[in-house]
Amino acid sequence: MTPETAAHAAPPDRALPGTGAPHRHALVVLVMDHPGVLNRVASLMRARNFNIDSLAVSRTDREHISRMTITLHGDDVAVEQAAKQLYKLIDVLKVQDVTADQVVEHELALIKVRATDANRAEVIKIVELYKGRIVDIAPESVIVEATGTEAEIDALVALTRSYGIKELVRTGAIVMLRGAGSIEEALKL
Amino acid sequence: MTVTKGEPPAGGTAAGAPPERRSHVPGDGSATAVAIEEARRAMLHDVRNRKRTRIGADVLMEALIRQGVDTLFSYPGGVILPIYDILADYPEVRHILVRHEQGGAHAADGYARASGKVGVCMGTSGPGATNLVTGIATAMLDSIPMVALTGNVASPLLGKDAFQEIDITGITLPMTKHNYLVRHADDIPRVVAEAFYIASHGRPGPVHVDFTKDALQGETRAEHPSAEEVAAGLPGFRPTIEGHPKQLKTAAREIAAAKRPLILAGHGVLIAEAWDELAAFAEKTQIPVAWTLLGIGAMDEGHPLAYGYMGMHGWKHVNRAIQAADLLIAIGMRFDDRVTGSVKTYAPYARIIHADIDPAEIGKNVAVEVPIVGDAKNILAGLTRLVHPVDPADRAEYLDQLAEWRAESEASPWHGSGGWREGAMTADFVVARIGELTNHDATYVADVGQNQMWTARYTRFKRPNSHVSSGGLGTMGFAVPAAMGAALGNPGAETWALAGDGGFQMTSQELMTLAADRIPVKIAILDNKKLGMIRQWQEIVYGGNYHSSHLPGPDFVKLAEAYGIPAWKATAPDQVDDAIRAAQAVDGPALVWFEIEEEQNVFPFMTAGKGLSDLIENWGGPEE
Repeated sequence: MTPETAAHAAPPDRALPGTGAPHRHALVVLVMDHPGVLNRVASLMRARNFNIDSLAVSRTDREHISRMTITLHGDDVAVEQAAKQLYKLIDVLKVQDVTADQVVEHELALIKVRATDANRAEVIKIVELYKGRIVDIAPESVIVEATGTEAEIDALVALTRSYGIKELVRTGAIVMLRGAGSIEEALKL
Repeated sequence: MTVTKGEPPAGGTAAGAPPERRSHVPGDGSATAVAIEEARRAMLHDVRNRKRTRIGADVLMEALIRQGVDTLFSYPGGVILPIYDILADYPEVRHILVRHEQGGAHAADGYARASGKVGVCMGTSGPGATNLVTGIATAMLDSIPMVALTGNVASPLLGKDAFQEIDITGITLPMTKHNYLVRHADDIPRVVAEAFYIASHGRPGPVHVDFTKDALQGETRAEHPSAEEVAAGLPGFRPTIEGHPKQLKTAAREIAAAKRPLILAGHGVLIAEAWDELAAFAEKTQIPVAWTLLGIGAMDEGHPLAYGYMGMHGWKHVNRAIQAADLLIAIGMRFDDRVTGSVKTYAPYARIIHADIDPAEIGKNVAVEVPIVGDAKNILAGLTRLVHPVDPADRAEYLDQLAEWRAESEASPWHGSGGWREGAMTADFVVARIGELTNHDATYVADVGQNQMWTARYTRFKRPNSHVSSGGLGTMGFAVPAAMGAALGNPGAETWALAGDGGFQMTSQELMTLAADRIPVKIAILDNKKLGMIRQWQEIVYGGNYHSSHLPGPDFVKLAEAYGIPAWKATAPDQVDDAIRAAQAVDGPALVWFEIEEEQNVFPFMTAGKGLSDLIENWGGPEE
């Protein structure tokens, strides 16, 4: 009666959790704005072997509550594990994986692009075609400000690279669910 | 005092008077302590005219007493002197002056494990705090409710690399359930109350609170919060206690359908005090129970449905049952790699019900079919209500098979002593005798390594919380200080520390604490003059390359004697019982030095990366 004596073949290997195909996830994390909370979140992600792609933090309109947007790559089980571990932090109030939801997602970039008298007009024209804005002009460079999804910013960065990028800074993504639903209002405090 | 070497004393009684009491412990009742307390009180009365200011240190002590703390394991230092300055005013709290902060942390841990209460330790800033770290990490990995207190430099000096300043909250952040840096006396009542609440609710764990010196010295009128206020002030900490009814029903269906079910009981059963519920559930369903290292004691080993200890050094029949099971009912355990071996080949025929209070444990190491989040007591009671009673006759075929495997496994010459000849001084024999002569009712505190596995396998445990062991972190040096805490946490039970010669030497300074405070811990050193588990791995996995695993030690009888602790040495099996009885007869701490075979291995043995079906149990032994 026992499988040890059974004639049938051994069953397939047990799957290891978290070893599926990785893809990009976006987590919204609401936290108490206690000192050190960013350190707690960052330390946990490092200790649990998750690699953060981007992290944006700001206050909300609610007293003592801050909001983080974390993007990372991993399979669904691994990211769920990251969310559960985040939940264990006492200062974390809410973790929501919004990857599969309808969201508005934006990030802001500033790009200092090499631009001389010879090609400045061309640079400006291309940037404006990509809905970028010129926010500073100097004899040798311009600063481009752009907002958009990660993919849109990636495209603009790739385009300006041929002129020479002197400096690049990006805020990382911030996201908000479309429609009337609110992650903050759903908090049970 | 007479100390006999090489042979135990005739008649098995302790020789000599107990060592002189030297402690100045508030409330320990000794004449010295009472005199010092009285003098201290008189002085405070004179100096402060009964109207001294209530400072942060007072609020801390008040808060500890409100939490029911009766024992504080601590070592003084510069920035916590404000606490030591007022400590004598709080005789409700017994202060145990440890000899190293690591000992204090392990003692608080042992106290918590033996009593079920929150253990408390304290150290000063800088090195005092970093010395606590190993003990805090040990408590974290084993989910032990502990509050670790440290001082820090005065807040204006924070970040200036002041004397004995270190960013200790930065260090303990990843190894605590939560931690705090308190800079104002007014915050102390809330923070301490939160620390105890967090440490003891949900999945327990250590909480570290760091106080700046000015917070401890500052005057305050802050009031202590109520339990409700504390809970309300922690909106991010709402552990799930009740198992979801739908999940419980699904689990009950799985249990009804299973032909070869097995319960895996973990530490969570003990933490939730769910041993009666576990037995009731097993009896109603006629499902045998296997346990993890920290689940030892969750079921009386003499219970007909108690099947045994699982994992890397577990019983072969238990691992065989896991590999054959069609349903695993895991309660309060976390599928640690020492339990599963290779996950790929783990329990290949089993569907898994996994109940744990920590949702992050579910699906972390193995994928499971039925997750249930909640407290083990609640879940076991809920499942027992839902399942249909099973007639033992209906399980006869399965239970007979398990019994046959058990008999087969126990008949193997490798089962116990690892193939050693009859009459050899083997560790399994010594451990079994300690278990027997203490009626299996002592608190047994293991160190780490072979001694830990021998203790787990051969003591035979009957009582919940009678087994104390550093499971997750595997901290050598744990046994003696943890036994010190366990003896104070459960003073009704005899307490034995079972340590190897290596681990014992890591924290042997606590012998002085045991002697000074007359804490009745009996220490058994299983001395093979080796780092035994390292030697075993070197023999079996590293081709006999015994680098650094030979570990010459001191004369342990002389060492104990130097601390004023009666000690005996046993070198042959016929001396073992007398030596144990001699130690038992001492009113206070005692030590027995067992010189055991140097090359005994612990079998079965599963090497890293292998599965439970690949146990090594017939490695060439001394007879071959």
